[in-house]
Amino acid sequence: MSTPKPVEFSGACPVPISQYPHVLLAHGGGGKLMHQLIGKMFLEAFRNPLLETQHDAAVMELTGNKIAFTTDSYVVRPLFFPGGDIGSMAVHGTVNDLAMAGARPLWLSSAFIIEEGLPMETLWRVVCSMRDAAKKCGVQIVTGDTKVVDKGKGDGVFINTAGVGVIGHEQKIAPQNVRPGDVILVNGDVGRHGMAIMAVREGLEFESRIESDSAPVADAVMELLRAGIEIHCLRDLTRGGLTSALNEISEVSNLTFLVEEKLIPVREDVHAACEMLGLDPFQVACEGRFAAFIPERDAARALEILRARPDGAGACAIGRTDAGNPAKVLLKSAIGVQRILDMASGEQLPRIC
Amino acid sequence: MKFLDEYRDAGLAEQFARELHRVTTRPWKIMEVCGGQTHAIVKFGIDELLPKQIELIHGPGCPVCVTPLEMIDKALEIAARPGVVFTSFGDMLRVPGSATDLLSVKANGGDVRIVYSPLDAVKLAEQNPAKEVVFFGVGFETTAPATAMAVYQAAQKKLANFSMLISHVLVPPAIEALMSSPNCQVQGFLAAGHVCTVMGFEEYLPLAKKYRVPIVVTGFEPLDILQGVLMTVRQLESGRAGVENQYSRSVCREGNRPAQELIKRIFKIVPRKWRGIGEIPQSGLGLRAEFAAFDAEKKFGVAETRVEESSECMSGLVLQGQIKPHECPAFGVKCAPEHPLGAPMVSGEGACAAYYRYRRQPGAVATK
Amino acid sequence: MCLAIPGKIESVTGDDPLSRMGKINFGGIFKEACLAYVPEATVGDYVIVHAGFALSRVDEDEAKKVFEYLRQIKELGELKEDGS
Repeated sequence: MSTPKPVEFSGACPVPISQYPHVLLAHGGGGKLMHQLIGKMFLEAFRNPLLETQHDAAVMELTGNKIAFTTDSYVVRPLFFPGGDIGSMAVHGTVNDLAMAGARPLWLSSAFIIEEGLPMETLWRVVCSMRDAAKKCGVQIVTGDTKVVDKGKGDGVFINTAGVGVIGHEQKIAPQNVRPGDVILVNGDVGRHGMAIMAVREGLEFESRIESDSAPVADAVMELLRAGIEIHCLRDLTRGGLTSALNEISEVSNLTFLVEEKLIPVREDVHAACEMLGLDPFQVACEGRFAAFIPERDAARALEILRARPDGAGACAIGRTDAGNPAKVLLKSAIGVQRILDMASGEQLPRIC
Repeated sequence: MKFLDEYRDAGLAEQFARELHRVTTRPWKIMEVCGGQTHAIVKFGIDELLPKQIELIHGPGCPVCVTPLEMIDKALEIAARPGVVFTSFGDMLRVPGSATDLLSVKANGGDVRIVYSPLDAVKLAEQNPAKEVVFFGVGFETTAPATAMAVYQAAQKKLANFSMLISHVLVPPAIEALMSSPNCQVQGFLAAGHVCTVMGFEEYLPLAKKYRVPIVVTGFEPLDILQGVLMTVRQLESGRAGVENQYSRSVCREGNRPAQELIKRIFKIVPRKWRGIGEIPQSGLGLRAEFAAFDAEKKFGVAETRVEESSECMSGLVLQGQIKPHECPAFGVKCAPEHPLGAPMVSGEGACAAYYRYRRQPGAVATK
Repeated sequence: MCLAIPGKIESVTGDDPLSRMGKINFGGIFKEACLAYVPEATVGDYVIVHAGFALSRVDEDEAKKVFEYLRQIKELGELKEDGS
């Protein structure tokens, strides 16, 4: 994966830093200072006609389409990590959730809960990152909210984004639609995001850095749909990693899944970091990865399409679904023994999303 | 990763399994001592490759699990004191004391930090002269060289704000205690490869002779464990009882001499209580008088408290290999990693944790 | 905690034998470890590292023995098959 371009700051932070080097409680108070922050920072970065109406709600027109709607909150610590930051994650994560329903993402809301004392420059960096991510994904940030909480009651900044997308096809992409005999694909190696964060926290250095795989997957999904690939289900691999995603879908679809350890791609440095810290890469969060459940007849073509994309070079099949109750996920271990792949019990890696 | 992944080859594992099926003619009970080996066995399903006659019994080789409750309570008391930076290996954070755990102390404002090495704690002490830095020195002989060096360096640097809560335990006395117990059914041992990397394996020769049990020093990867079991079974089948070294890429007979020397210089052998088992004479390490200034128990004057174990926790029986984790009625129900009754459910090397993670339901390993 | 993993020494710093430190490469990840207990280890050697300390130098010849053991078993098995 190529090194992502650093975020471009278009000039200096537009909120005069000499006056307000840090975010104050007043910046969330509804008065002049808040309006200055919104006007000079958020409006400036996210500029679009819908946002500029500056009304309580954005009004959009849709004609006879099914829409998808999702929300997610982002509380990652540290705010900036190799391969991304809370801002880009907040955009990619919600865009990806919409893509998992087979929707084309269009509009996002963005609510900020900022801790008093956050350097204004830091906020600007996050906002620029969101702006760039939104542009890349082809979405607009059309409404938002700003709150400031007392120092010590936040962690720099928390962001919530909600998103709306349109579904322009007839497929029903959902766990209930998984069928026996479906092939399970992933679009690349797993465990990078969580380990990128852990590495920063644990002070591990890298020869070539473990970078988060935080990225939008909507384009990949749209391409699959355009090519007429039948998709039964999609699930992005976030907290709890591959294991959680597979278990959740297995439970809803009430089918047995059979996956093989040696087929699941893990980068060597992620593998090494997991060995060092005693973690399981299959339970580690990813950010730009999804699992797809595709009927056998379309699986090879789906893989071809994904692999032809720069962001899908590592796509591969990791197993298949089987008729079988009760629902469970079985993993054939590296030495060929099958065991149940169960969800992680608690938070192994806190605050990574 | 070199010297790791090649020992996870499925085809070669199968070959070991076939040979084991060929040579095993009778039932054998073999104990793997180290928790790291237990985890590998459960994670990779190594026991499923073995002939049904071989039963692997999980041993007490989890230093976090055997740290006495009194010691955990002392740690909790020290960690809660203002001005103290309490440092520890990660696993200790969720181990339940009588009333609480380090994670809760941290949540309530205690300065509790996870470190990867005791040297990190020494560095913290240097960087924070106004704070009292305490390191929770838990571990088998594998970890003693690290804690010994930390004390040594602290002494060299004349640090007045660094101390250690020592709870080191030694493996050979534990094996002796297990073997001399009337309930013991263990017929062979896989000795802990990293403990023996430090200590060598000379100490096991008299044990093998006295109790007439084969002892094979074994590594931690699937091929290591399979070869260790095969070497043990070969001895058992032919009525031999000696010490062999499977993990020879890391272990030699006399072990690591420089490490042993520093351990002897800093520590002395003391009696130690093992949680769930009881006191085993000469089974622990304590600081020598010369280094008393670095003894956190003395420095903070923590009193011996009355301790109360959960009456439902059967970790003692698990640690002694009398029952398997899923045979405990509380397993997965009242006792789980988020709300453990005892240490083996939360330690990275605990048998209960391994079973919970990889084998929650009975029959959780599907037959091929 | 017996979690110890093998890594390759990429560089060494420090003259004092008791405080010699090495930069160890674990499959692409670098972390420092104290080399006080492996005075014979140098750049290019593999060491087993636990809690920030190298505890042994991996003996590459011994490392192959696991595979040689298997080879011998296989050959013996084939001999027996040929014989019978």
